Amino acid sequence: MPEFDYRQKARSAALIVLFFVAWELFCLISGMSDLVLPRPSQVFVTLVEKFPILWPHILQTLATTMIGFVLGVGLGVVLGAVIGVSKTAYDTAYPLLVGFSSIPKVAVVPIFVLWFGSGSVPAVLTALSICFFPIVVNIATGLATTEPELEDVLKALGASKFDILWNVGLPRTMPFFFASLKVAISYAFVGAVLSETVASNRGIGNVMMTASSNFNVPLVFAGLFVLAGLGVALYVIFSVIEGRVTGWATRKNDMVAT
Amino acid sequence: MMRMQPHSEFQGAPVPGSAAPIAIELSEASVTFGRGPRAVPALSTTSLRIADGEFVALVGPSGCGKSTILRLVSGLVLPTTGVVIVGGREVAARALRVGMAFQNPTMLPWMSIERNIMLPLKIVEPFRSQFRRLRKTEFRDKANALLEQVGLKGFGNRYPWQLSGGMLQRANLCRALIHEPRMLLLDEPFGALDQFTREELWSILQDLWIAHKPTVLLVTHDLREAAFLGSRICVMSARPGRILDDSRVDFARPRTVAMTFEPDFVALNQKLRAFIVDARTASAQGVA
Repeated sequence: MPEFDYRQKARSAALIVLFFVAWELFCLISGMSDLVLPRPSQVFVTLVEKFPILWPHILQTLATTMIGFVLGVGLGVVLGAVIGVSKTAYDTAYPLLVGFSSIPKVAVVPIFVLWFGSGSVPAVLTALSICFFPIVVNIATGLATTEPELEDVLKALGASKFDILWNVGLPRTMPFFFASLKVAISYAFVGAVLSETVASNRGIGNVMMTASSNFNVPLVFAGLFVLAGLGVALYVIFSVIEGRVTGWATRKNDMVAT
Repeated sequence: MMRMQPHSEFQGAPVPGSAAPIAIELSEASVTFGRGPRAVPALSTTSLRIADGEFVALVGPSGCGKSTILRLVSGLVLPTTGVVIVGGREVAARALRVGMAFQNPTMLPWMSIERNIMLPLKIVEPFRSQFRRLRKTEFRDKANALLEQVGLKGFGNRYPWQLSGGMLQRANLCRALIHEPRMLLLDEPFGALDQFTREELWSILQDLWIAHKPTVLLVTHDLREAAFLGSRICVMSARPGRILDDSRVDFARPRTVAMTFEPDFVALNQKLRAFIVDARTASAQGVA
């Protein structure tokens, strides 16, 4: 695993601080109205003051995100495994998958609302539908890229297709899988918020919509900060899991051959 | 086009000078990939017999069907015509627990070398059913004993990315032998290595063969390698391949790298080289 680089972390942290300081100074110097662009300090104050009100909405957004994510991962793994084990299935299904995945998901929210009414269900479904494509594609690709020589070695031993899948295909797919989890959790989050923004009366997306129609701009930005924070937190959690489970895939440059 | 007669004593005849039972027999086997006008002939009608415990090297120009013969013997490809008999049984689609090794060592990066080498034991009976019980004791000892034979003692716990190309190829040989196959099929196993590592591995492979006496079929481009390792060398023509020459190599064993510079050895090399040059010219004329 790569060394923890403190200098690099310090540079990243400094850049974030610099960004907020520059923003603050820009607003102060230009006399920008906080109806257009509130200062970060105002946003933080609002965030702290309104936190008790925001908290249930945060939980709501997290819940729809996670449910959508878990369902999306389940569906993605199954579908990815099915089309990944056979070259024909892979080539046949790929265009359809690309077609589905290139539909902007904001366009399907009204359909989900039409079918299930507004609220949590469309949010979960949007999260699911937006996050399961990276999983399918990565699982299928991981399975499809098993070295043919190794497959020959095992087949010559009398290994069944399942033996090869279990011992070689699935473990090989793990780095692809965890890399896609990281992407998928971010996507699921985007999907859930998107749906809440369009059609829900709960969740951070809805809070932001309501605040914006009341011209409570600092609260809109507070919602944005919450989203950024949650998004980063989810990404970090899955990065850490990825590093733990599939460290072997990133170790290659770590040690010189003896 | 056929200037050259197969000048050896043999083509489909019993294995010369050997009383050992037949391990591998190709009789009138040919392989064509695809059908109709797009069919590609990979191997012309070929007959070949290999005795149990023989070390046969297959040489020939690129794309001549050497690897196709390996794949026939391992059961990965079925003959389009003719019959392939291995270990007294006709080769069906399902295979025969042969040990195989290719140029690319394909060690699984998430497993230690030891566990990589034990992989065939997870697949092949009777080891398969004992695997969970013995993987930490008997099987691990078996893997480490093999590692010691190829000069990798103490490397069992390392991961593939910690080993050099030559070391991985030694581990690859161990993986091919762990389940005690009667037959070892090697497809240019040392093709990607430098000259010195390659010569070192010739000796190691020779030692392994002397110790375990499997029947070996080695496909190689390297004529010195063929002459160093083989008890018998088969030269193949250009695609679609046929066996042009089949001769025994009687240098004493264990052979050493120094022997490869002696006149007899050099003469054998030149003879093989002439065959392949002719085969290449013949195919070039065929194309033109």
